Amino acid sequence: MAIVELKGISKSFGQVRAVDGVDVEIKDGEFLVLLGPSGSGKTTLMRLCAGLERPTGGSIVIDGSVVNDVPPRERGIAMVFQSYALYPHKTVFRNIAFPLTVEGMDKAEIRKKVEWAAGLLGIGHLLDRMPSQVSGGEKQRVAIARALVRRPKVLLMDEPLSNLDAKVRHSARDELKKFQREIGVTTIYVTHDQAEAMGLGDRIAVMHEGKVRQIGTPDDIYHYPADTFVAGFVGTPPMNFIEKDGLLTGFRPELFHPAELISDQDPVRFRFRIERVENLGAYSLAYGTIGSVKVIANLSPRLRIREGEERDFGVSRQDVRYFDKQTGAGIRR
Amino acid sequence: MLKKILSKAGFCGGLAFFIVFSASPFYIMLITMFKKSHDLFNPTNNPFILNEPFTAEHVKLLFTQTLYTTFLLNTLYVGVAVVLITVALSVPAAFSLARIAGRWGENLGIGIFLTYLIPPTLLFIPLSRIISVLGLQNSLWSLVLVYPTFTVPFCTWLLMSFIKSIPREIEEQALIDGCSRLGALVKVILPLSVPGIITIIVFAFTLVANEYIYALAFIQDSAKKTIGIGLTTELVRGDVFYWGALMGGALIASIPVALLYTFFLDRIISGLAMGTVRR
Repeated sequence: MAIVELKGISKSFGQVRAVDGVDVEIKDGEFLVLLGPSGSGKTTLMRLCAGLERPTGGSIVIDGSVVNDVPPRERGIAMVFQSYALYPHKTVFRNIAFPLTVEGMDKAEIRKKVEWAAGLLGIGHLLDRMPSQVSGGEKQRVAIARALVRRPKVLLMDEPLSNLDAKVRHSARDELKKFQREIGVTTIYVTHDQAEAMGLGDRIAVMHEGKVRQIGTPDDIYHYPADTFVAGFVGTPPMNFIEKDGLLTGFRPELFHPAELISDQDPVRFRFRIERVENLGAYSLAYGTIGSVKVIANLSPRLRIREGEERDFGVSRQDVRYFDKQTGAGIRR
Repeated sequence: MLKKILSKAGFCGGLAFFIVFSASPFYIMLITMFKKSHDLFNPTNNPFILNEPFTAEHVKLLFTQTLYTTFLLNTLYVGVAVVLITVALSVPAAFSLARIAGRWGENLGIGIFLTYLIPPTLLFIPLSRIISVLGLQNSLWSLVLVYPTFTVPFCTWLLMSFIKSIPREIEEQALIDGCSRLGALVKVILPLSVPGIITIIVFAFTLVANEYIYALAFIQDSAKKTIGIGLTTELVRGDVFYWGALMGGALIASIPVALLYTFFLDRIISGLAMGTVRR
């Protein structure tokens, strides 16, 4: 278990600054999610932690020592690739055992550890198979077992769930979180899926164009976004923005209700023209405009709303966020 | 139904064509080897069958009046040495060109392949000077030295594209799992490259067995000739072609290579590298 500190980390590929001055401290045993759209630098940042790329600036500190020039094998890390990267010519057992074999551990000890890791992930019955003979979900478990078998200080995961189909993904997410808590390994997890990030992370670092835009608990990120990028990237549908009194006013679709239903004595009111209603079962989405700006409301399907009508809507004052019109930076007030 | 039959017939027809196409040289060599010269040289005879009883005189000539077995052994000797040199040089070269050097690697790889395109008919002149300076004229070692000049570029190129097809992540995984770069090469990339390495072994050996010009230029003693020049120089005497023995010699020499291709290539290339990385 370890503390990972990234201090002013940068990485350029030619003219492109993939990672641009990132400062993050990951606490012992913490599950940190790097969230961002593709090209935001999150995978590069993880590869820097792994030692697969060398930083152009800044330093990476694991457990108090700078590891910038330490090769991956000596960093005490393990990584799960998006493609799982199982060794095709080795059985599942030998795949999981590989990091231990390289260390030169004795056979009985290896067997014990492999069986522990395989048991933890419920793949004990697959040990004699070749990687080509197991399913996608099982491959992912093999890759995680291989990562855990060495008891790494830091576990890195690069979108490990993105190759699974939607059904398996949900249960895999749940299990991932469970065993991460169980063994308490410091984990850095890369994803572009904000639901995954919200569900898994103790904290989330939202990245965009090589910079960390905000780092905080899922609750913070969702309810107190640092800027318009974070507000727009996290949440489906994203936050609504309306220009009001020289500022950008932001509010979540699910907090945007007909004015008469708001308990707040003095909500922020808008005239909402509803153009289209989508009933999605658990909730319905009303698409419309305030003035000429497009806005979405997430409403209870029981609410009677007609397409084409214009109604008084509002947001409780405490649920409204303000942003600078030019920079998009959040303003607290 | 008719469509099905037609497509089946088309398939079988195509298959039959290619079988005949690839097997006919071997068939012609085989019957020529056992044909009496009288039968062979009579233009009214059907060339595709034995018109007279078969004879073993050509085979006897091949084995008793030429140094055929020595040619075979010489070829094997040079072939094995060249294959060893080629593998030792091509594997690390292909690995570093495919992985470490990036865009430079690609250009360098193309450069290496271009050297393969310079014809031996040009190169044997400067090379013969080198061979004489080294005092290797009329020695099999001259061939061991010269043949890698074309096997190494060709095999490096071939292996380079093979190694490129092995996902980079597998190698990076090995680095993370505790290997050094060299360790990752030896423990992970090499085992996965076995089909590629077998391919270059077979190709390098075939290139050596087929080579003619260098062997002709550098070797004079009959006892030091390889199969390619041995047969043609010893069995064409003046304007007399010993067709039966020539065909026999060529056929016997080509059988092991044909077997090598048939059994190894298909088998190993398919399957191994598949199924681990999902994209």
